Amino acid sequence: MPKRLVSLTVNGRPREDAVADHVLLVDYLRDTVGLTGTKQGCDGGECGACTVLVDDEPRLACITLAASCEGGHVETIEGLAVDGRMSRLQQAFHEKLGTQCGFCTPGMIMAAEALLRRRPNPSEAEIRAALAGNLCRCTGYVKIVESVRAAAEGSGR
Amino acid sequence: MNDVRTDGGLSRAPVESPEGRVGERTPLIDGVEKVTGRARYTADLPFGQTLVGRILRSPVAHGVIRGIDTAAARAMPGVRAVVTGVDFVAPYGVIPIAQNEWPLARNKVRYRGEPVAAVAAIDEATAEAALAAIALDIEPLPAYFHAAEARPADAVLLHEKKAGNIEREVDQAFGDVESGFAAAALVREQTFHYAEVAHGQIELNATVAAYEPEHDRLTVHSVTQVPYYLHLTVAQCLGMDPSRVRVVKPFVGGGFGHRVEPLNFEMVTALLARAAGGTVKMELSREECFLTHRGRPETDVRLKIGLKRTGEITAVDGEIVQRGGAYGGYGLVTILYAGALLHALYLVPAVRYRGYRVYTNTPPCGAMRGHGAVDARHAFESLLDSMAGELGLDPFAVRRANLIAPPYRTINDLQVNSYGIPACLDWVEEASGWKARHGKLPRGRGLGVACSHYVSGSAKPVHWSGEPHAVVNLKLDFDGSITILTGAADIGQGSSTLLTQIVAEVLALPLARIRVIAADSALTPKDNGSYSSRVSFMVGNAALCAAQELKRVLIAAAARRLEVAAEDVEWEGERARVAGTDREVDFAGAVEAALKDTGTLTVKGTWSAPPETQGGKFRGAAVGSTAGFSYSAQVVEVSVDEDTGVVSVERVWVAHDCGFAINPLAVEGQVQGAVWMGMGQALSEETQYHEGLHLRASMLDYRIPTIVESPPIEVKLVESRDPLGPFGAKEASEGSLHSFAPALTNAICDAIGIRLTELPASPDRVLEAIQARRRTQRLRAAGAVAQSVPAGA
Repeated sequence: MPKRLVSLTVNGRPREDAVADHVLLVDYLRDTVGLTGTKQGCDGGECGACTVLVDDEPRLACITLAASCEGGHVETIEGLAVDGRMSRLQQAFHEKLGTQCGFCTPGMIMAAEALLRRRPNPSEAEIRAALAGNLCRCTGYVKIVESVRAAAEGSGR
Repeated sequence: MNDVRTDGGLSRAPVESPEGRVGERTPLIDGVEKVTGRARYTADLPFGQTLVGRILRSPVAHGVIRGIDTAAARAMPGVRAVVTGVDFVAPYGVIPIAQNEWPLARNKVRYRGEPVAAVAAIDEATAEAALAAIALDIEPLPAYFHAAEARPADAVLLHEKKAGNIEREVDQAFGDVESGFAAAALVREQTFHYAEVAHGQIELNATVAAYEPEHDRLTVHSVTQVPYYLHLTVAQCLGMDPSRVRVVKPFVGGGFGHRVEPLNFEMVTALLARAAGGTVKMELSREECFLTHRGRPETDVRLKIGLKRTGEITAVDGEIVQRGGAYGGYGLVTILYAGALLHALYLVPAVRYRGYRVYTNTPPCGAMRGHGAVDARHAFESLLDSMAGELGLDPFAVRRANLIAPPYRTINDLQVNSYGIPACLDWVEEASGWKARHGKLPRGRGLGVACSHYVSGSAKPVHWSGEPHAVVNLKLDFDGSITILTGAADIGQGSSTLLTQIVAEVLALPLARIRVIAADSALTPKDNGSYSSRVSFMVGNAALCAAQELKRVLIAAAARRLEVAAEDVEWEGERARVAGTDREVDFAGAVEAALKDTGTLTVKGTWSAPPETQGGKFRGAAVGSTAGFSYSAQVVEVSVDEDTGVVSVERVWVAHDCGFAINPLAVEGQVQGAVWMGMGQALSEETQYHEGLHLRASMLDYRIPTIVESPPIEVKLVESRDPLGPFGAKEASEGSLHSFAPALTNAICDAIGIRLTELPASPDRVLEAIQARRRTQRLRAAGAVAQSVPAGA
């Protein structure tokens, strides 16, 4: 399989990796970079668990080719905590129990992160719309909405 | 000798105020790992280079295996192992008397998608190519995709000696049913149909098995809810001594019953690892997860209820048929649960129950959240509601007319020691504004109510080994830390947090002093697993017992250090004081005294359900028995679009009698999740097969509700303080699932006057019922029909 040299940043760190054309971003992140926080919960584009940010936009890493991120800034759940301090969304999901089994959580938080960057004080309808592609089987979403709202309110933005 | 504090070589944690005690809203102790991405699930574990496992599945729904030619696959470079059913030494099945499944099919295939062969190879491409090189020779047999098709006397049998393809037939009668109906003012009979549903946990199934040929040892990391059953089953199917097997449960991304029995891919991965003499990683696709199934069966219910004019139930007669799929699994338990929990929520003087669990050529069903009782509950609460309407009784009034007073033994010998239904009903009636709004909302909008209950752990374990039902060890060591060693599998429900809270409460210590090591069969005591909502109640009680034992040890040690009698020591956790004085020893000093001459301490706590809670003497009596029933009532508000048939849930008010909320935050989360999962089944979820081919084996086609169609769910925790529960606690994660569906269809009836008897209430079904009514109304208006009632109306 032909490979090309792909340059991108992952969580702020520049990388150059030889990547086959067909390699998906989720596999690149998990297998090549070793960031297993990004999850796969379906056979492609169904569940949202693999949501990461590419240049601030939410993307499904399981249906994104790694090579298409050339020159881009990729952010995963591991990149949100800074200097051992969790982000407001992470703190809120923890304290408000926006996470139960935790498997959808990285994708859910990254989708919410993209929303808050775009809309610092989203309405409940905007929160629901932004997370519509992220399935959770544990919470019934009640505490997920509460978590995002708490993070937005706590941010002072 | 006032000051007995000592440095003692112990690290001294800063004295913290107690936190996370029982009754406090406590974030999960492993929540930080989950929100930061540090939590490692099975597929995330760093094993380095492993072999890749893949499974070949039957393209035929029912057939005789004439041959499986694996020669070409074995000859391929990079292929390290190829296995088929004959390579296993024993079949399996979670119920010891119903073990009729092989991890890879032998002799026959019984459903489309059943595993028939497996390979381990150096990479995915090689593994896929090897599967493609395996030649299957299967001679098709007649196949049956619904229970009714499989039952005729001339049907080909899926399993030997199972006439009519009946896995289990139940016929139970309690009290005088005929007299009960004779005494009723109103008797009604109705049939119901429920689609099959699946768990849909977001984590894909995965297993990593590492075999060390030099030691003949096998270590299995897997997505299981039942590490103990998996341990035994791997040993059994591979013919290994159980002492050479180790099973570890990493973080698990949800279970909901999918993983409460050992699953075929787990034993297959173990066998591949042994055959290859190395480490094999098996990751299933979402489609394969649906094929592994073990969901809630397609169910038909025929139910008859007799009521007095005042609403009291005089008799119940129910017949339930479940399409069990191709293998036994938990099937006989499921069909027994359906009967045991059909009526035991209320005071019912006479019951007849007949149940039929039928083998079909579809993926095997199993235990799904609310095991066995969910569809039965819908039928009961639906018919009760309808009959209340005929008698002119309010839906709350008919339920209040049938309440029981604890302690009480139901007619089928189930022990009820606490019963929060009255308080649950009161709260949802008030919170929903029922009196002012029910029956008075604009057309297309409605309210419905229903009640439910569920077990806090099955009182009789699956294996009657004579061991306690739960064991917890606590280790106290030089560093002043306490380690909880438990086999209980935290699958996201928060059991590790709950056990920590219980130990912290008893010892009056901060959570930070306490660690949990869970679900590793090399380290932790055996636990039966996370199913039937048993962990909080049973393992919670064992943890309580262990903590009390450790407290006794520490108080005795403090007493020695303080040179007083143990009775004179007041235990305050971070310090122990001589009563009425200022003489004290800190925790570090107490620990040092406790370890003197003995070294590292391990204490044990155990718990078993008392015999009187383990059910009656009749056949099947163990199923449904529990040491504590949870109770729930909920009101659902819906809007129905009569042009499209779309039902929207606007709001839910649910009151759940959890006995006592050890962690109110987690209990709320469990109740909300249960209600919402009930909503998925009631509104949109169903599996579907065409000639045995799964048509909805993806998260797009299997319609789990998204956040957009999910309503606010307001939770009230009712605390009835069960006498046997730890701190009075009972089940919280399943009971409120059952009452959603009937509350929904009762609300739809309030909204548009149509009572649905089929679930899910998908737009096509709702529209069909609306159109059927319109047709009937038109015909009636034309005088062509006198008095016929349309189906589903």
